[in-house]
Amino acid sequence: MPPLSAAPALALHDVSKRYGRRWALARLTYALPAGRSLLLTGHNGSGKTTLLRLLATALNPTAGRVEVLGRDAVVERDAVRRDVALLSHASFLYEDLTAHQNLTVLARLLGLPSPADAASAELSRVGLDRRSDSPVRSFSAGMRKRLAIARLLLKAPSIALLDEPFGELDPAGIRDMEAIIAELKASGVTVILATHLIEQGLTLCEERLHLQEGRAVAA
Amino acid sequence: MSTSRPRPIGLLTATLALLRKDLLIEWRTRARLNAIIFFALATLLMFSFALGPDTKLLEKNAGGYFWLAILFASVLALGESFRVESENACMDGIRLAPADARAIFLSKALGNTLLLTALGVLLVPVMVALYGVRIVTSVVDLGLILLLGSLALSAPGTVYAAISSNARARDVLLPLLLFPLVIPALLSAAKATTLVLQGDPMRQFDSWAGLLGGFNLIYWGVGFLLFPRIIED
Repeated sequence: MPPLSAAPALALHDVSKRYGRRWALARLTYALPAGRSLLLTGHNGSGKTTLLRLLATALNPTAGRVEVLGRDAVVERDAVRRDVALLSHASFLYEDLTAHQNLTVLARLLGLPSPADAASAELSRVGLDRRSDSPVRSFSAGMRKRLAIARLLLKAPSIALLDEPFGELDPAGIRDMEAIIAELKASGVTVILATHLIEQGLTLCEERLHLQEGRAVAA
Repeated sequence: MSTSRPRPIGLLTATLALLRKDLLIEWRTRARLNAIIFFALATLLMFSFALGPDTKLLEKNAGGYFWLAILFASVLALGESFRVESENACMDGIRLAPADARAIFLSKALGNTLLLTALGVLLVPVMVALYGVRIVTSVVDLGLILLLGSLALSAPGTVYAAISSNARARDVLLPLLLFPLVIPALLSAAKATTLVLQGDPMRQFDSWAGLLGGFNLIYWGVGFLLFPRIIED
């Protein structure tokens, strides 16, 4: 295997994804150099979420090859999954568990040495430490988003895939999210961000990929 | 951000972590347990009402009615075990953690086995009171059949519950897929239970228990091997 630092953060080779008869992505080819962050833009249904889910290995491409840090996302799926973390429209949170329990479950699956402590640290990081023992069912949309970010941070990923991270957040929450993204970048994490808030995205990312009907087009 | 990097964990550790999570959710809500207890009790009662005051018939078929009550209740338990994973796409969250898909199968199937075994333990005294039966051979034999029968419903049930969890008509699909498949297990469990309740002069118990054991070996093996293909894209 080549040294990972030499590989692009992500490489898409003629990647297509079809849902039934509809092509969500059509022969997409793109490479993101290591150390750069990417802003994904495009209208609803343009393929942003599908692309993020392919990179997260939640989906397999219908055709083409996806590489993440030099690894094939289908063949070396588990290794890729350890390197990436996805903030999705769905929160991946168990409604009947508390915030702390949700993070502890993930920390155990990640093999972290002190799952409960790791969970508490991330809850403090996103400002939810006072609600750590409340069930997720009682959380507002913004609090769920914060908890979902804590879930992502717990994974300490090399690549953070953020799908509409500013959605459902109040102005203070948006500022906090921007600070978290800046912190991720400063610590060497590659950020791939899909958002309709293009101005905010452009201040955070060096590269931009605009999608239209599953194809890359000039923004 | 967490300073510790994730490291791969073993199959057993992942299974226990996921089983612990499922039991914690069950403990916090008790929704599944309450639902299957009342459903199974109602089923046992309905059989006794439907057959009227013919105590001989009830006594003769008690083992069958007992397992039918557990089978019908298992559909609720199995479906519910994947409903919690559908909400907020939690199954994706587990898959991408990443958790070994075989650990997901084992934890779900073991969790369902625990639930069905507990249900069986609760139903035994009700069956004894309602149908006028008594344990003739041994409680250990009954416990063994209860465990083997619960294992036999849980393994294929978990596979089919995962398959049907994304279907629109999942409530119909799960019993349609499951019931024909578990007929050998249902037959063995009912026969063995009847022997425990009515005596076993021909020493047939071991044969039925063995059949149930073989069924378990096949379907736990198949589930373990196939489950990754079922839950991945």
